Amino acid sequence: MRIGVITFPGSLDDVDAARAVRLAGGEAVALWHADDDLSGVDAVVLPGGFSYGDYLRAGAIAARAPLMRSVVDRAHAGLPVLGICNGFQVLCEAGLLPGALTRNGHLHFRNRDQALLVERADTAWTSAYTTGQRIVVPVKNGEGRYVAAPAELDRLEGEGRVVVRYADGNPNGSSRDIAGVTSADGRVVGLMPHPEHAVEDLTGPSVDGLGFFTSVLSSVVTA
Amino acid sequence: MPRVVVDVVLKPEISDPQGQAVLGALGRLGHPGVTSVRQGKHFVLEVEGTPDAAELRQIAETLLANPVIEDVELHLPSD
Repeated sequence: MRIGVITFPGSLDDVDAARAVRLAGGEAVALWHADDDLSGVDAVVLPGGFSYGDYLRAGAIAARAPLMRSVVDRAHAGLPVLGICNGFQVLCEAGLLPGALTRNGHLHFRNRDQALLVERADTAWTSAYTTGQRIVVPVKNGEGRYVAAPAELDRLEGEGRVVVRYADGNPNGSSRDIAGVTSADGRVVGLMPHPEHAVEDLTGPSVDGLGFFTSVLSSVVTA
Repeated sequence: MPRVVVDVVLKPEISDPQGQAVLGALGRLGHPGVTSVRQGKHFVLEVEGTPDAAELRQIAETLLANPVIEDVELHLPSD
């Protein structure tokens, strides 16, 4: 199972994301933002970092990279796509996920281990979890405050589009404690916390993050 | 060369913690009469020939601003 990890100029967590893919049992395929095609991968991860130095808006310029045209086209046809932190910002800017990520409400960069509640255990990236499961993974962002118009938030909640929600404290002022959302078909998921940093006891606060990467392997097999 | 100015500000319903921080500083500096600050972005584009309003609006609304959270004001040279 080949999982592509896209590197943009300024990506930081592409190596950790690729390692998480391998630990889950997949083959990680390095993809470069300026390429045109996805090398036939079965799913794509957009990693964390500061693509283009967060110039203009976080994720805004990366969302217009050549490879993103292929990602958007294939996502509309069901390709599983996971955006982590900056990758989530890119997916929102690319229009694959609703809402936007803005400057943290308290204006501080927040870096800590964060409890999350999994609310959707039936997406391509969360099927290894159970609904209501509590997991702990690192969060680290300065522009992670999820926002959308109130009517849009109501619509997303009504459609069950919130995948993970912050528990035991909201690190950035996100609307309704939303940490991650999914596309209508459950194939595209974005979240601000970093499951790829919680895949080994040696370096993570838990191994709770591994489930994102094992989930997609089974989703690709069954797709 | 014609200059086109694009101003981008957060929509009124999106909170602006940076603007609020500026407002707090103004209060401490003895300017209690300022009651609100909204921080935005100001783009100056130089364009060859006569600016195409439709093209510039598209540029403003699809790249310079994120319409999910921001409003955009386009100022063409004739404005």
